[in-house]
Amino acid sequence: MANPLKTFLLPELLKGMSVTARTFFTRKYTLNYPEEKAPQSPRFRGLHALRRYANGEERCIACKLCETTCPATCITIDSDVSADGTRRTTRYDIDLFKCIYCGFCEEACPVDAIVLTRIHEYHMENRGENVMSKDKLLAVGERYETLIAADKAADAPYR
Amino acid sequence: MAQSTNDLPLAEIRNYTMNFGPQHPAAHGVLRLVLEMDGEVIQKADPHIGLLHRATEKLAESKHFNHSIGYMDRLDYVSMMCNEHAYVLAIEKLLGIKPPERAQYIRVLFDEITRILNHLMWLGAHALDIGAMTVFLLCFKEREELMDVYEAVSGTRMHATYYRPGGVYRDLPQSMPKYQPSKWRSRKEVDRLNETRSGSMLDFIDAFAERFPVAIADYETLLTDNRIWKQRTVNIGVVPPERALQLGFSGPMLRGSGVVWDLRKKQPYEVYERMDFDIPVGTNGDCYDRYLVRIEELRQSTRIIRQCIEWLRKNPGPVMADDRKVRPPSREHMKGDMESLIHHFKFFTEGYDVPAGETYAAVEAPKGEFGIYLVSDGANKPYRLKCRAPGFAHLASLEEMVRGHMLADVVAVIGTQDIVFGEIDR
Repeated sequence: MANPLKTFLLPELLKGMSVTARTFFTRKYTLNYPEEKAPQSPRFRGLHALRRYANGEERCIACKLCETTCPATCITIDSDVSADGTRRTTRYDIDLFKCIYCGFCEEACPVDAIVLTRIHEYHMENRGENVMSKDKLLAVGERYETLIAADKAADAPYR
Repeated sequence: MAQSTNDLPLAEIRNYTMNFGPQHPAAHGVLRLVLEMDGEVIQKADPHIGLLHRATEKLAESKHFNHSIGYMDRLDYVSMMCNEHAYVLAIEKLLGIKPPERAQYIRVLFDEITRILNHLMWLGAHALDIGAMTVFLLCFKEREELMDVYEAVSGTRMHATYYRPGGVYRDLPQSMPKYQPSKWRSRKEVDRLNETRSGSMLDFIDAFAERFPVAIADYETLLTDNRIWKQRTVNIGVVPPERALQLGFSGPMLRGSGVVWDLRKKQPYEVYERMDFDIPVGTNGDCYDRYLVRIEELRQSTRIIRQCIEWLRKNPGPVMADDRKVRPPSREHMKGDMESLIHHFKFFTEGYDVPAGETYAAVEAPKGEFGIYLVSDGANKPYRLKCRAPGFAHLASLEEMVRGHMLADVVAVIGTQDIVFGEIDR
């Protein structure tokens, strides 16, 4: 008992509690999550999407670079010659459970077809829904095209 | 034959064996600790590992060099970029390339941000384990800001995949993402929240570095002199310096015992030799000293961050080595000329060949020496990859550190070791 006064008056505990008390009266820094959201960077790597050109043509040319470069091998592509003679995918599956969201597919894509969007609030209700088929990916791309285009434009100078 | 009670053998009191974890919230992940207890005193502690084994090392053998970067994040999942750093350093050593200066500064900046992230997580969890809830919440407030920095620069809050052999993927952004107005917040309030976010990312980090020492002082007010904290940590898990060296400790665990050893000083990598910072060391080698060491490291990291910001502001430039074999061409080039497109396809289909040889590259990760031993046979995939995880050596000494202590001290010792199973089980 080095200093009996210190032992009995609990100065360090009171000092600690003063921090707690002060924090109690400062502004809250929590967010009311679903209604308001934390800031999100244009570089955010969330749900995948397949994009189309402005005229509605699919961007993807089935070069399979994304499939090759995917570290988790979560992309499966089948390709064929389409009716207009161009090379197109007949199957473009991404297994969201396998994906590690590294963004290498987006980096590899020479035509900016596969992108990672800022969408991160998605869920699955049934078995098998984790596999995003080509239709689903294109649907995401169509729905959020303006957002995706803005994000990619914002990040373009850095790539 | 009658037997007097005195002749009967004494009732045998067997030690009680109990499982601590893997579902115990204080077991920091998936540690299964088999404790042999005499009453409440630990006689033997047997850590069981392997519940988070993902074969990262083996997987790396079947992937191009670059593909494993993302998996390095997931080793020690609270000090993500430091793991990447060791990995890309090893590849760079074999390739014989050096990243441009700016990339080196960015790496040092993010290594230190990572150190703060890790130590805040450690401090919060450690204090919570011992019973101080407030610290946890305060730590996570600051941690959130740094997570935003991670996200702004790489696109993810944790698993960044940001470092690349030859530099870093992208330069630091010129703007920070901002809060959006909502029905919960007025324009004015949103503006206040966005105050530090109005400038570039460096301004944001600078504002953080300005404010952070105050936050550290708050943590210290809550804990350093607190008698409960001291009762729970002083003279718990004492490791003398000789023993710490024998056990292969590194990082704050070693420095807590008073050994002045820090890879950033002893074998500086990147631009650490230009940084002005001190290495804190403890004297007693107990949980309390290791706590003090880590708190001081928070301050020193803030110092390094400020020096990096100053340099980065003045010196714009490339962040990737100009070597077409280890980096893809820029998007603009790739879309514009055939040669670059060919390089782009070659890079993403074949990767690059790394000259045959073996190397070991280590960084001072927040937990200690995180090293990558890499063997290449000249192909585009590693022949063998071995991660030297600091936590593994620390966990191995757990029994020695807790023997003779009470059950509740096990929690303090696990906390002080800063165990993360991602790197131990790999």
